[in-house]
Order: sequence, then structure tokens, then C-alpha cells
Amino acid sequence: MKNRHEMLGMTDEQVLSIYEMMLLARRLDERMWLLNRSGKIPFVISCQGQEAAQVGASFALNREIDYIAPYYRDLGVVLSFGMTAKELMLSAFAKAEDPNSGGRQMPGHFGQKKNRILTGSSPVTTQVPHAVGVALASKMENKNFVSFVTLGEGSSNQGDFHEGLNFAGVHKLPVITMVENNKYAISVPMEKQIASENVSIRASSYGMPGVTVDGNDPLAVYEAVKQARNRAVNGEGPTLIEAVSYRLTAHSSDDDDKYREKDEVNEAKKQDAIVTFADYLRDVNVLNEEIIESINQKIMEIVNEATDYAESAAYADPEHALRYVYEE
Amino acid sequence: MAIMTYIQAITSALREEMLRDEKVFVLGEDVGKKGGVFRATDGLYDEFGEYRVLDTPLSESAIAGVGIGAAMYGMRPVAEMQFADFILPAVNQIISEAAKIRYRSNNDWNVPMTIRAPYGGGVHGALYHSQSVEAIFANQPGLKIVMPSTPYDAKGLLKSAIRDNDPVLFFEHKRAYRLLKGEVPEEDYTLPIGKAEVKREGADITVITYGLCVHFALQAAEKLEKEGISTHILDLRTVYPLDKDSIIEAAKKTGKVLLITEDNKEGSIIGEVAAIIAENCLFDLDAPIKRLAGPDVPAMPYAPTMEKFFMINPEKCEKAMRDLAEF
Repeated sequence: MKNRHEMLGMTDEQVLSIYEMMLLARRLDERMWLLNRSGKIPFVISCQGQEAAQVGASFALNREIDYIAPYYRDLGVVLSFGMTAKELMLSAFAKAEDPNSGGRQMPGHFGQKKNRILTGSSPVTTQVPHAVGVALASKMENKNFVSFVTLGEGSSNQGDFHEGLNFAGVHKLPVITMVENNKYAISVPMEKQIASENVSIRASSYGMPGVTVDGNDPLAVYEAVKQARNRAVNGEGPTLIEAVSYRLTAHSSDDDDKYREKDEVNEAKKQDAIVTFADYLRDVNVLNEEIIESINQKIMEIVNEATDYAESAAYADPEHALRYVYEE
Repeated sequence: MAIMTYIQAITSALREEMLRDEKVFVLGEDVGKKGGVFRATDGLYDEFGEYRVLDTPLSESAIAGVGIGAAMYGMRPVAEMQFADFILPAVNQIISEAAKIRYRSNNDWNVPMTIRAPYGGGVHGALYHSQSVEAIFANQPGLKIVMPSTPYDAKGLLKSAIRDNDPVLFFEHKRAYRLLKGEVPEEDYTLPIGKAEVKREGADITVITYGLCVHFALQAAEKLEKEGISTHILDLRTVYPLDKDSIIEAAKKTGKVLLITEDNKEGSIIGEVAAIIAENCLFDLDAPIKRLAGPDVPAMPYAPTMEKFFMINPEKCEKAMRDLAEF
């Protein structure tokens, strides 16, 4: 078995951290579904199936200085950028201490200034021009940070995707756009969504490279984002990356998922990176059963603690709804 | 004091703010080399360079959205929409994003951005170069909408908008750009956003309006003065959120209120002004609250006959004011 991560200049510790982060995202997400199905939280929108792309990309960025504009499935991205499991659970329970919104927004609407996570909304793709604006500021102020923005493949039909990428291409801005192609926009499959052969080809209209990578392979995504970041900081401009994986859950906790065949989902689960990346790490002797057990134990403690804390945390006072319309 | 046109006041506010704060930059279509289609950014490109006076692609949603991103980072963008009529592709960015970012992030993020746009008719601009669009944004908490009527107000309020830590829509009447001249101080000054101003003291009737209509009302008031009708004129200056105290005070002053807007009548700003007066001034009123506005047709036609029919002018103001005085 070839040691691919060493060829990318990555240490064993780094790839193990990627695996742990992917697993943390998965276990948190699974817990949120349990909480939803037991009536404790109103809504979940899932990262399952996309953790490899999310965490692989994040680890290729500079998590001390780069800005991110994540979309609603990016549990793995925001965890990698410093948001804690406890903070994400506070958001799931809509509690006052939720750093994303203080319980104002649905889960999945991320934002945390101290970790340079731009605040997001529900109308899709509006975050693309925001990330371009941050990249414009980086260029204007001669800084060396880049911005990283994600979206689904359906969102790549929105005007803001095209307007944003064109703007970035014209001005050669340090922004990396990653489309997490999970093959479904709610119920509509890729082939009914996008007329071009893939998403990344859309980059050619906007004067930037576009690459399609296996979104189930965190190392492939890491490599693509690393190259994109190098281009960005060298003044060579933006890059579009399409990370192809599969949405393993329904669109959200309010979706019944009857529009696709169970066989298709089962087939996709064979490519689940939580399994396949663990296999790779075993093959290159980074992971063994002992380490897996200790990681699992650690993660379940984190998830349990986050759940307990968030469940018993306080809601915002009703009148808090009146605060922060304007500067106070 | 220097005498300036309305548009010179805009340009000088932009220039002084850009000199004062390196974070301030202008972006929009044709704002750079050309200096703007109305020349509002004339000379700024040569003085400050490409990246502080940025010619953007023709994409209004990106102009707003890129501005929002830069503002969240800590810049102070001043985005120009070439015509207010063309702001509509950017409405999602303005309403779903800019207006809600402070609120939805529980005060973590904010958007110190100004969006300037020329509005209004009487310039042979037809349906899509004449509209008043303020009502579209005037029920969106998180936004502020400023519509100054004089060069002095324009400069002082634009400086305040740029220094504001929340998004401000700044609508400039395009016919006012070169029509209106006025005294503007040499030294730095700002005017408060959210405050209306009495533009004329009077005792018989109250006119509440904003933008170019303030001048039509002032001209009409001059004429009516000779007939012995004394007109009190309140200029809203900020149309959202409204300065309720000043509206109530002005309405109570005379008990007869005429509200004027160039916008279509139904659903316009002055409907809300009427509601504020109705809620607060019932026993002070001596006549029904009257409204003078554009007709409820989609927008202003091109032919001069129909354009004139749509537009507010001093004669229409005079008639409506006299009718109210005689009620």
C-alpha cells in the first residue's frame, strides 16, 4: 500500500487528526438526528457523506488566518476552524450561548467572528460574493489570507455563483470556491440540475482553473485545496474545486427521501469515507484497533458532554428578540 | 461656505471620507475611469487608484454581495448602483444579507456599507431610469434609508452613512444633481441619520415630504404665502426608520397635513407617515390627512406628456396645499 499522505508532505499526526475530525462531525451529526427523532430538537441538516471533503479542504487552509464562508452542511469545516462540539449543540438546541446566532437561526447557519467564519443565511449561494469581498479586502490590504467558500452543486446555478466567480476571476482574487457535489439538490439529481458535464467546467468562463476531485478522499481534496491556496497567495487568483461525494441522509430531518432508490444509497455507503479513510490509515499503519477505540471513546465523551450541556443551557429571554437590529 | 451643486456635495463627501479613512472605497459600474455615469465619482480614480475606486463587472448582486463581504471583514465600501431601478438584482443581498447580518449573528458580525443610487424622474428616463424604490426596502429592519434634499444635507448625511456601522441605502434624486445648488461648509461636518428637519416654519398647513419634492413644496409655499397661507414643511431626510417624534410634532403644529411623494401612492413611505399621524394625532387634526403622490401605474412613461402627468411639480403641490388650507 502506497503511503499517499507522505507524498503530499503530510505527517501521520495530521492524517490522524483529519480522521478524528471527520469522525467527530459524523458522530455529532448522528446525535443530532437522534435528538430530533426523540423530539428534543426541531431540525437537523446533515453533513453525512461530505466529511472527507470538508475536513480535507479545511486542513489544507491556514486555519489561523483564512476566512471561510461555509454552507449549511459544513459541520466538518466549522469544527476544523475551531467551533466546538458544545457550541454546535447549543445551536442545535437554539440556546442563548450559541455563538452562531444566540438561538436566532436554524442549525447549519454558521457564523463565528473569532474563528473568521462568516455568518450565513438560508437563501443559497449568497455567501459566494461575500467570500469574494473578503478576498478583495485581502488583496487591497496586501494580506496573505485567502477566503474559502462552499456550496452545493444545485447552488452553482444561482446568479450569485456566476457573478461572484466572474468578479473574482476579473480581479484575480485569493478566493477558493469548493462545490460539494453530493448529487442531490433536495430531490433533484445532478443530471436534472446542471446541463454541463460537471460543475468544475464552469470555471472556464471565469478565468480560473476548475478541478473535479473525489470528495470521498480527504487526501485528494487536501491536495486540490492546497494547490489552490498556493495559487491564491501567489497572486494567481481564484480556483473552483468540485468535490464529488454522496448525501447519505435525507436532505433534512423534514425530508422523507422517497425519491431515490435504497440500492443507490447502499451502494454509496460502500464509498463512505468514514470507513474507507480508516481502511487507508490501517493499511499505512497509522491506525489500529486500539487507537480507533480510544478515538471513539474520546469522541463519544465530547458528544455526550456537548449534548448534556446544551440541553440544560438557557434559552434567550423573549425580549432578547428586540436586540441588535442596529448597533447599540 | 462654498456654493455647490448636489452632485458636487456627493463627490466631496466621498473624497473627504476616502482621505479620512483608508478603509473607505468605492465600487460600482463605471465609477472608476469614467467617474460614474452622472460623474459622482469624478476625479477619485486618479486620486486614489483602481482598487479604491473599483470598476466592477456589470453585476448588481455581486456589487452588493462583494461589498457586504468586504464590510464584514472591516472595510467601509460605498457601492454605487448606476440607477435605483437596477438595484433589484441585488435585493436578495441587501434584504436577506446586509439587513440581517447583525441580527442573525446576535451582534457578532456587522455590515458598515453604504449603497448609493440615483432615483427619481423628470429627466426623460422612462420606466427604468425614473423609479422611486425606497418603499421596497422600507419595511426591512436592519436597513437605514436616507434621501437628502439639499447639497448641505447630502454631504453631511453621506458622511454619516459612510461612518455608520450598519448598512445605509442612500438615494439621490438624479434631477437634483445639477438643478440644486446650495451652501456647503468648508470644514468637516456630519448630520444625524434618523432625524427629520423643518425646512420652513408655518402655521396653517403642514407638508411632510422628502427628496426633490421638498423643493416643489418650498416653491409652492412661497406663492401661497402671498395669499396668506402659512406652510410648515418637514423634510423626512431619513425615510426608514422614520423620525416619529418630528412627524407627530409637525402634524400637531397645524392640524392639517399634506404628505407628498414622487413614488406611486399605494404602499409608499407616506402611507406609514399617515399611520403614525393617525395613531398619535387624532384630536389634533382639523382635516383628513391628504396625500399627493404618483399615480398607481408601474412607472413613469417616456413621452413628455405622460412623464409630466406622473411627476410631482410645484403646481400640483400648490393646488393640494391650497385645497387643504381651505378645508
